[in-house]
Amino acid sequence: MAVITMREALNQALREEMLRDENVFLMGEEVAAYEGAYKVTKGLLAELGDKRVIDTPITELGFAGLGVGAAMAGLRPIIEFMTFNFSILATDQIINSAAKMLYMSGGQFKVPIVFRGPGGSAFQVSSQHSQAIESWFAYFPGLKVVMPSTPADAKGLLKSAIRDDDPVIFIEQERMYGNKGEVSDDVGFTIPLGVADVKREGTDATIVARSLMVPVALKAAEQLEEQGVSCEVIDPRTIRPLDIETILKSVKKTNRVVIAEESHPFFGVSAEIGSQIMERAFDYLDAPVKRVSGADVPMPYAKNLEDLAIPKVDQIIAAVREVSYLD
Amino acid sequence: MATKVIMPKLSPTMEEGQLSRWLKKEGDKVSMGEPLAEIDTDKATMEMQALGNGVLRKILIHDGESAPLGQLIAVIGEPDEDISALLSEVGSAESSKAASQAKPAEKPSSSPGEEKETSDSPEAPAKSKAADTAKIEPSPKSEPAASATTQSSSPGGNGTQRGRLIVSPLAARMAAESGIDLRSITGSGPGGRIIKRDVEELVAGKAAPAAAATADVGQRTVMQQSPVEPSAYRDVPASEMRRTIAKRLVTSLGPIPHFFLTTEIAMDRAAEMRSSVNALDPELKISVNDIIIKVAASALRQHPQVNASFQDKMVRYYEHADIGVAVAIEDGLITPIVRSADQKSLGQIASEVRDLAGRARNRKLRPEEFLGATFSISNLGMFGIDEFTAVINPPEGAILAVGAMAPKPVVRDNEIVIRQMMRVTMSCDHRVIDGATGAKFLQTFKKILENPLFLVV
Repeated sequence: MAVITMREALNQALREEMLRDENVFLMGEEVAAYEGAYKVTKGLLAELGDKRVIDTPITELGFAGLGVGAAMAGLRPIIEFMTFNFSILATDQIINSAAKMLYMSGGQFKVPIVFRGPGGSAFQVSSQHSQAIESWFAYFPGLKVVMPSTPADAKGLLKSAIRDDDPVIFIEQERMYGNKGEVSDDVGFTIPLGVADVKREGTDATIVARSLMVPVALKAAEQLEEQGVSCEVIDPRTIRPLDIETILKSVKKTNRVVIAEESHPFFGVSAEIGSQIMERAFDYLDAPVKRVSGADVPMPYAKNLEDLAIPKVDQIIAAVREVSYLD
Repeated sequence: MATKVIMPKLSPTMEEGQLSRWLKKEGDKVSMGEPLAEIDTDKATMEMQALGNGVLRKILIHDGESAPLGQLIAVIGEPDEDISALLSEVGSAESSKAASQAKPAEKPSSSPGEEKETSDSPEAPAKSKAADTAKIEPSPKSEPAASATTQSSSPGGNGTQRGRLIVSPLAARMAAESGIDLRSITGSGPGGRIIKRDVEELVAGKAAPAAAATADVGQRTVMQQSPVEPSAYRDVPASEMRRTIAKRLVTSLGPIPHFFLTTEIAMDRAAEMRSSVNALDPELKISVNDIIIKVAASALRQHPQVNASFQDKMVRYYEHADIGVAVAIEDGLITPIVRSADQKSLGQIASEVRDLAGRARNRKLRPEEFLGATFSISNLGMFGIDEFTAVINPPEGAILAVGAMAPKPVVRDNEIVIRQMMRVTMSCDHRVIDGATGAKFLQTFKKILENPLFLVV
């Protein structure tokens, strides 16, 4: 065990998997010579060479398509988007080719590819560069969507994503690259996709949070503990496939749920989770499922407005108190 | 945040409540759980508790006035909070009433806390003092002054939730599992929603105050060790035959297929026992009816099939005899319950019945004191009724109708003698009790009542 940053944990995962399997290669804008816009690919070109670590032109649809073709031909590409904002340009390849190829080829073509990069809100880069779009990808059958919230989860989940035979969308939170945590240095360490993690145990209310909202939810839970409310914090880690069972188990224990997310509420991941809770644990709910989401506006550039658009500890506390009938 | 005070559902059959009297006045500080007012329901006068903290900002109906369930009757809020939006929700009826007040801007000087209130609200007028005599009925819309109200909301704004229970799914399930009638619960959630803690409180602690109350009155209650909680029970799946019997019979006579069993009982020994015991201790004041309760409870213990209730897919057998005693009150009838009468002494039963009946007449019973008996007794002997049939109070399985005790000629050992005779008729729910089952119970009941010494063996 060593305490490292999320950035270093991701780097370890890439390096270990590329050393483990020579079919794995990395491609994207500035991943090689510049060692990544966020330095996640540091040292990889030097160690693995330019056949495995490849700089591309600024052409997301092009290199995403190249990756899909390579995956169909038997390689295991990792496509880095400088940020997921730019993946929007590549969605035809991701949604229409990667997600559907196994189905449309009658099982003949697997597409073992990872699309990864930073997503979610960033620091004052305004509407087009600061947004959470996981619900777009999670919508489509055929894609897996992963969002780690700790360095350990980032490493374990990325290694599993690279070994997975289906296309995986792997969204790293741009504000969290510098977050530190204990990470196993065992090369065999992985975390299976589709398994939620109980980040904190509690009895009175369940907070479901992912990515950036996990540390926020944990802080809220700490303060709520002092107010006599014991919160369970669950991080699904994988958005699709969703480990709804772990969430339901918690809801049946606490009878109250708050879902926290930085994304927009409308048609968001919280809507799906809330709906499944309603369908499958209705008789265990003592209060309506409460959502705490990012503001339903394009991300503002102004610092004060940007702050207001992203959920804070106090909002989660207020939501938990509301579903617990405390105010 | 302001808390709406709505007319709560305080009894299962209540549709509207009359505000007996406010225990707080506008401007008073109130905190959660504090008694706010006394409400007359169709069954009893009950205390209504505050469900929020703050200041009683506004009283919308006054002592003696009635309101349907769910109607906003007061508002609790911060002293300087703007509650005009809440008040405008009261609907067109209320606002036109306010508008018809002659002197709108008059403010009583007695409530300093709310002076800041509604400088920007056009609706401030209806202060309590001015509105004291106002009725809740909507005044005709055609009144010219109605146009003066700016915010009259859509017609029929209030009362839309009348008669509809608001309950969390979990609370609904918990109540069903505990056999609690949701209508007997007052919700503490937003809008009066019944939530988990309301059911838990009822299940856990509500029996305790009842015990204290009876102990106050009953001077002879020994240590009050006997249980006062509703009887425990075991549920046994109803057999196919039992379900068929239930299904077939219910098509013949109402939802509960009644049948009736009558027997005549010589009461001489019971009457003798009553006078001897009362002679020993005049404080006891045991009545014949107290002895009947005790004997019925004792017989029920020997015939658990009769101390039972049909629950659709199962038959519920109670472990103790919680005897409902029908008490006639002005304009109606209520059946307060002697819990676990099988475990109580005659003295305890007598003092408890006196207390319960007294409070029943004053409408001071709490729901747990009249809901959930396992068997009931109705006695019309004091009206000179020789015999009658009583209607079962569901979900109980039976009720015993007791007639007057009177000297009658009977044959004993081939000779005509005079005995104090009393006729009882048991109405049975045929879905759970069959003829022979009921008859055997009555046989035991008669045996003990004719020879009350059996009570001690």
